[in-house]
Amino acid sequence: MTVVTTPTFENGPGAPTSVLRTHRWWPVALAVLAVAIMSITRILSGTDDLTSSGTFGAGLRTAAPIALAGLSGLIAERSGTINIGLEGMMVMGTIFAGWWGWEYGPWAALLGGIVGGMLGGLVMSLATTTFGVNHIVAGVAINILAPGIARFMASELFVGAQGGSVTSSPGNSGKMGSFTVPFLSGGDLFGWTTPDVLGWLEDRGWFLVADTAALAKGLTTGVSWDVVITIGLFFAVAYLLWHTPIGLRLRSSGERPSAADSLGVSVHRIRYLGMALSGAFAGLGGAVLVLAANRYQENQVAGRGFLGLATMIFGNWMPLGTAAGAGLFGYAQGITLRANPGDLVNALMLAAAIALAVVTVWMLVERRWQVTAWMVVFTAVTFWAFFAASEPNNQLVFVTPYVVTLLAVSIGAQRLRPPAETGIPWFKGMQ
Amino acid sequence: MVRRVARALIGPGIAAVAAMAISSIALLIAGSNPIDAFQAMWQSIDSTESVVIIINKAVPFYIAGVAVAVGFKMNLFNIGSNGQFILAALIAGWAGAEVSLPAPLHVAFIFLVAIAVGGAWALIAAVLNVTRNVNVVISTIMLNYIAIGLVAFLLSEYLANDENAGLVAQTKPIPPSGQLPSLNRLVELVGFDFAPGVELYGFLPFAVLLGVAYHVLLNRSRFGYDLRLSGINPEAARSAGVNPKRMVLITLFLSGAIAGMIGLPYLIADPNFLKYGDAFPTTIGFTGLGLALLGNNSPIGIAAAALVWSTIERATQTLGPLGIPPEIGRILQGSFLLVAVIVYEVIRRRNAAAAVAAAAAATAAIRPGDPGVPAGAPA
Amino acid sequence: MESSERAPAGTGTVTPAIELRDIVKRFPGVVANDGVNLTVRPGTIHAIVGENGAGKSTLMKTLYGAHQPDEGTIAVDGSVVHFASPRDAIAAGIGMVFQHFMLAANFTVWENVVLGDEPGTPVALRPAKARARLRELAEQYGLDVDPDAVVDDLGVGEKQRVEILKVLYRGARIVILDEPTAVLVPQEVDELFGSLRELTAQGSTVVFISHKLDEVLRHADAITVIRAGRTVGEVDDPSTVTPRMLAEMMVGAELPTPETRERTVTDVAELRVDRLSVRDDGRSIVDDVSFTIHRGEVVGIAGVEGNGQSELVHAILGLVAADGRVTVGDQDISTMTTQQRRALGVGYIAEDRQKEGLALPFSLWENAALGHQSRPPYGKGPWIDVDGARSQTERIVEDFDVRTPGVDVPILTLSGGNQQKLVVGREMTADPRVLVAAHPTRGVDVGAQALIWDILRRARHDGLATLLVSADLDELIGLSDRLLVMLRGRIVAELDPATVTPADLGSYMTGAALEGGH
Repeated sequence: MTVVTTPTFENGPGAPTSVLRTHRWWPVALAVLAVAIMSITRILSGTDDLTSSGTFGAGLRTAAPIALAGLSGLIAERSGTINIGLEGMMVMGTIFAGWWGWEYGPWAALLGGIVGGMLGGLVMSLATTTFGVNHIVAGVAINILAPGIARFMASELFVGAQGGSVTSSPGNSGKMGSFTVPFLSGGDLFGWTTPDVLGWLEDRGWFLVADTAALAKGLTTGVSWDVVITIGLFFAVAYLLWHTPIGLRLRSSGERPSAADSLGVSVHRIRYLGMALSGAFAGLGGAVLVLAANRYQENQVAGRGFLGLATMIFGNWMPLGTAAGAGLFGYAQGITLRANPGDLVNALMLAAAIALAVVTVWMLVERRWQVTAWMVVFTAVTFWAFFAASEPNNQLVFVTPYVVTLLAVSIGAQRLRPPAETGIPWFKGMQ
Repeated sequence: MVRRVARALIGPGIAAVAAMAISSIALLIAGSNPIDAFQAMWQSIDSTESVVIIINKAVPFYIAGVAVAVGFKMNLFNIGSNGQFILAALIAGWAGAEVSLPAPLHVAFIFLVAIAVGGAWALIAAVLNVTRNVNVVISTIMLNYIAIGLVAFLLSEYLANDENAGLVAQTKPIPPSGQLPSLNRLVELVGFDFAPGVELYGFLPFAVLLGVAYHVLLNRSRFGYDLRLSGINPEAARSAGVNPKRMVLITLFLSGAIAGMIGLPYLIADPNFLKYGDAFPTTIGFTGLGLALLGNNSPIGIAAAALVWSTIERATQTLGPLGIPPEIGRILQGSFLLVAVIVYEVIRRRNAAAAVAAAAAATAAIRPGDPGVPAGAPA
Repeated sequence: MESSERAPAGTGTVTPAIELRDIVKRFPGVVANDGVNLTVRPGTIHAIVGENGAGKSTLMKTLYGAHQPDEGTIAVDGSVVHFASPRDAIAAGIGMVFQHFMLAANFTVWENVVLGDEPGTPVALRPAKARARLRELAEQYGLDVDPDAVVDDLGVGEKQRVEILKVLYRGARIVILDEPTAVLVPQEVDELFGSLRELTAQGSTVVFISHKLDEVLRHADAITVIRAGRTVGEVDDPSTVTPRMLAEMMVGAELPTPETRERTVTDVAELRVDRLSVRDDGRSIVDDVSFTIHRGEVVGIAGVEGNGQSELVHAILGLVAADGRVTVGDQDISTMTTQQRRALGVGYIAEDRQKEGLALPFSLWENAALGHQSRPPYGKGPWIDVDGARSQTERIVEDFDVRTPGVDVPILTLSGGNQQKLVVGREMTADPRVLVAAHPTRGVDVGAQALIWDILRRARHDGLATLLVSADLDELIGLSDRLLVMLRGRIVAELDPATVTPADLGSYMTGAALEGGH
């Protein structure tokens, strides 16, 4: 006869399970599956723009700031601080980027974003690391303070300037250049326009091949330099965290700070570093937004910070997963900017339904009966929605990333493995 | 009693001084004179009209603060109060205009709808937490955005006022039987006379009632005891027989229900609104988070915080023409909050450490042979 | 089981690897170390034995540099040293393996070992170098572990090896282990001591703290016995002592004699525990425990901490899942919630009052209501009866001699003893039928302790059935009518407190008796 079990009050998977260490090709297999589903959907629904290089390119641009937000959250939590305030840090990034972008140009905008965000990160770390303020509380405070600072700065800097106001900066002076890979995507090489191999493949329309080519072309055509930097940063952070001593110490500060401390690592200094980097990435995300809009605008960030946190969870606190999540959400948002968004959204519903069906089968195979039941319901609802909706709303696409995240954390709670001791204010002497 | 009040004011006092200092620096950088600024601010609130406006504004702030404070007391962070608020405001606004009931019933009906919707939306996060161990912070944030989408969808597709087929989507206005009259007549009885156009909105008594109810619930009810205990020491709470899952469900529902009421002052007491539409203020829930923190989750503290917050807003409105950036108000508010949470934490830790040290010293001073202490080794 | 080869018994003048002289360490309210001496010969396995609270951990923390002694000297390899921090101790070649591992569960073995001393350059970690060095050490000392394994996947014995590798990697020549076999199964114990023997064979010195006397006698080259903060015995040749002698040294030559008192034990069974088991991850932490407590009886559970006593207590209260049956009076409470059990009359004094029994920022009267908040005088229906609670608390303060300026102050301003008196008072005044008391006078000053014992005796006289779990032998023997000894989750002995000898008790508690070591 068993008695009452031990529930928890607030959060998270109870005992952390080990990281999902399955076959190395798992992410690749998943990516291929995703593209295949999209390809089938394209062919069935006839909306070629679903998997066109143009759409993928738009998705990439939309994904960049979200991805940076995710990276920001990742490095903060890996080092032990839950950064709810990164939305505010992105705002700090936008105002500094708008200011320096206007005065000095696009590259200065990037720098401004980093500086602005980093300031926010350091201030929050002062509260959480040195004074031990609850991380959520400190994050909320930063999120309230940052827009106020932004507004104040805007009123000082932009009001009175040509095209400026308290809610918008004058345009940036100059645009960020872009980059197209030669040969594969028809970029220029010393003035000579190279053949566009991927574009040719895309035009063939062959199942899976055309879509993969389009994806590759979209990711390598007209990519502005700030987005290139964003992609590069993912590799840099992955390298930093897993292949350098400082990265090891960063991760230990979030996983088991007492162990690090007992071996002579200064946990406080490491957490400050983590938050400085976190703020910098968030601010950079803000700068990317400013470059895309060519100016600072109030409420530009619009929740992308929190969306970034969602991608971090979706990606199980790993850079690759976070990038994938950001890509997914960016794609979903990017679709709404294309011509005929209605058709695209409709097709996306079909793709979602097919994907849900696949997940349902997978849950069935894993014998997770309860989850399977729910999945059947979701799949049915999505199929119905696809057939029923004639003019699907933008709102539905708007909420998709959030619903997906909610589903992911609900279903995958066992698989998620956040850093074990992140979010706990730590001081010397704690066990 | 005086000492207690004085003690309670140390934290906010330090934070206020710091906030003013930071804002003064910002003003100086902007080329304004801080003293002029503060003087202008003081002058602009020094009128009956201003006080009334401040109180009116503070009422929804207060509700928002209490809504999340209920959760904070148990270490449950209902960041999603904003989503609960707008969803409840929309549906209550729509439903309130669809029915026609005698006055007190009509108002009660609107209340009930708002509470039910807000509570239900919060319950989603609670159920996910209790059954699937989903972190409340994440789920409520996600539900915030889902609520935004849902509200936009519902408003544009179903709930809008077709008669007003214009540019702005909004629900039908609430008929007079659903409105709360202003308190001007009551105030006149007491001797104040308001200038025309100045109205003390009628939701104030409800806000006060809410505060009283919050205090009573927290400090006089068994549930409140369990709630506070769970926030302070979850293990002791379990030993004391508290069911953690039940607590999460009820507390989050309560928090959402109160959050649902945030829109009511606008819907039924503010003649400028009386309907839900695009002009509706939509971020009060988030402000409530800051107010609960500033007020340290106490009913009076949150009230003070709400009044301070709306005072700053009012005071800085008139600064523009004087060449002083009105946005300084945001800096005042934000820095006040940030410094306050730091100072509160420092005070909390220091007090705890001091008490522990005092107790240990008292123990060390006990000797065998002292009154009550046996002389030899007991057996 | 075979005993491993020992170093020869101490002869001649060899410079000790470690020499602690007259170490004194005080904390507010207690003197943890009151003149401890320790001499460890190089190349030996040296055991430090003593009960809980004897001062072993404090001594080890001093040796490791986690804190400084108030008096006394530390000498390593003959030279007097002063450790300002663990870094100094590490530099002096001392490495400490804690009882509670300090490992990052999500990291690999090599990541855990090299953290803080990483091979390679600041921009490039060299895992290959780390793995190679680890394999070297593993071979040299027989510590078999896969450098690329994730720590979370490892068993307890393997995790311990990682901890040992951590100190060896940093060049420790003196390895200290705190209760290393507390969580190991017999096989792992043998493997561990095999490795430790390897270490000493290569010239290192090993010190380990334990109270498992059978293991100590089998594996140690020398033994130091600590009791009440002092060194009470130094054994240079373990072959000359028996487990019983050792147990007696640990526990004290004389046990307190319970005052002759009247028999109050009735034959009405109040608490019955039937085949209770608590399992965690396959292991049985409480293993098929059965006993009965009658009205007017105090049953004491003796045993070294960590042998399942806490889980047993929690299971009876319904705070942890368990198999088996618990009955109060004639009601089966096995499926009841904690609240229901307490309402039925099960009183609870938790072993860690700050963790489980109190809410420190709450006032005295709010703490008095803890566990009883739904019943009068503290609660009335859905309300808290503030007046009722306050006056009840005032009564408790009066009757139980709680020194406090009032009942509205936060309880964290009270000393431990007064806090505990309040806890005892609140449980007693709730008129319990059964009292589960775990370490009721832990961390409590002498005066409060005497009072609490008095209260427990009077309650027993009035018919209360009490389950007393304690590490304090004075308490156990002074209060119990019957003594049960718990070891590794099972009840291994039932003894009469009036006639039990220290050697017997110690032997059962530490397993020496079971090994037949006479």
